[in-house]
Amino acid sequence: MKLLVCIKQVPDLESRFKPDATGTWFSETDLAFRMNEYDEYAVEQAVRLREQLGDSCELTVLSIGPDRVVEAIKKALAMGCDNAAHIQDNAASSKDPWQIAATIAAYAKDKGFDIIFTGMQSQDRGSAQVGVTVAELLGIACTTTIVGFACDSGTITAKRELEGGIKGVVKLKTPALVTCQLGLNVPRYPTLPNIMKAKKKEIIAIPVGDLLKEEALAITASFHPPAKKGGGIVLEGDVADLVEKVIAILKDKTAVLR
Amino acid sequence: MKTLLIGEYREGKLLESTYELLSFAAQLNADTAMLLVGSESQLPAYAGTLYLADIATCGEYNPDLHKKLILDAVQKENPDCIVFLHSSYGWDLAPRVAAALKAAQISEVIANLDGGFEVGCCNAKMRRTVKSTTARTVITIQAGAFPVLQPGGSPAVQKLTADSSGNLEFIGYEPAEKKDVDLAKAEVIVTAGRGIGKKDNVPVIQALARALGGELGASRPVVDAGWVEHSHQVGTTGQTVSPKLYIACGVSGAIQHLAGMKKSDFIIAINKDKDAPIGEVADVLVVADVMQFVPALTAKVAK
Repeated sequence: MKLLVCIKQVPDLESRFKPDATGTWFSETDLAFRMNEYDEYAVEQAVRLREQLGDSCELTVLSIGPDRVVEAIKKALAMGCDNAAHIQDNAASSKDPWQIAATIAAYAKDKGFDIIFTGMQSQDRGSAQVGVTVAELLGIACTTTIVGFACDSGTITAKRELEGGIKGVVKLKTPALVTCQLGLNVPRYPTLPNIMKAKKKEIIAIPVGDLLKEEALAITASFHPPAKKGGGIVLEGDVADLVEKVIAILKDKTAVLR
Repeated sequence: MKTLLIGEYREGKLLESTYELLSFAAQLNADTAMLLVGSESQLPAYAGTLYLADIATCGEYNPDLHKKLILDAVQKENPDCIVFLHSSYGWDLAPRVAAALKAAQISEVIANLDGGFEVGCCNAKMRRTVKSTTARTVITIQAGAFPVLQPGGSPAVQKLTADSSGNLEFIGYEPAEKKDVDLAKAEVIVTAGRGIGKKDNVPVIQALARALGGELGASRPVVDAGWVEHSHQVGTTGQTVSPKLYIACGVSGAIQHLAGMKKSDFIIAINKDKDAPIGEVADVLVVADVMQFVPALTAKVAK
């Protein structure tokens, strides 16, 4: 069985974001990058299946972006992926989801992947399009936002997370693509021996121009902070003063203190 | 401008969020047609064209078949925009339709602007304005971003059918875990977010909830970390609440959380980060360390 997991490297979301010179995305100055959280669930699930199937199975991790994304690839290799494809693109952040999906599909076409794992969305862009679009371009079955996964002789049983805590149970025939949601599993921390072993694993570099032949369908006109909502009060200062102020507000504006 | 709106049906019921699509279309001043995989016994209260496929034969989750139905309606209506809710149904189906039409998709729209559609990014901390370059555009709108608009009337129904490709089979629903608290009935909710730091600090938040005669709420990361049970979760995958007073302690304000609590009468947020998105919906944002501020407030309330 051949497995593929697609990962994105994103900035730490606790950071403060400022527009870059183009005004269409964030400036990378002072940002630390890490693997997209949803992709960690995808990697963990793919590695678990790889372990379940043993050496008859091969698991490839793929990432698109500048050289910094190799750090995220190395983490996935240390978690248990067998080999990697780094699709080199210094301008990946200006690509739209259609172009990213077309790049992945061009890579995956003819490679015979049985199952492709992706995160349900990226934490920075959040379009939730790439995984499903890859499946459509490859003409394979797909389901999204999974919080449960089992695979037995070519059939996947997945649980989708729906609104209000309800789950939808779905069966898919491979080849198939699943997008992974928070709650699917607890991603492992790579151990030191596995980090060392990962250094010997192959990372194939492919220039994005070899794969991407599509123009963007959607264009970002601007990247900006939200307009501040009027009316909300911001209180700052000494804790004791803040408590007095909040007590006064509770008495004035609510009926909870009598 | 012409829109095709894709309504939603779940467990035999028309979802009220379907009417959010109508207010989005009204803001665009667009002509509308709607498509629904549903039942004639529960039609949306709207006097326009409704493409209706039978839920009994087409299923509630059969994305390939639903895609074919939508493509059929697109042929008939020739819409500029095909609009979904950004929901487990919409985000699953929209990219399939967009790929088939090779149309731009703009996800989780929160506003219509002159220069395009506004969407959130970077965990709701920032915004992007996005433009389509294609003749048709597929859009998903953020749950709750556009008000419910129920124009009334009865639709002119046109029936559609399609065949399934059979590569996916929907088995059924699993109910949500049993609730040991009904947050919907609480007048005061004090919610613990990731910013409380660790499980050991949950009782501090619980103590404030008790002092105010309210219930403990929790954000999703806190529930996933196992600090608080799922029955306390507020947000789209937990409970939607609108108490008289909502106090968010160390909750950053992910979209899914805001959607579940922003209709509360009065909202106080306590957060170290002055820029946290929770500040957008809070009536009062207290910029402070939760673990210093909350015990001090509880002591004062208890007096």
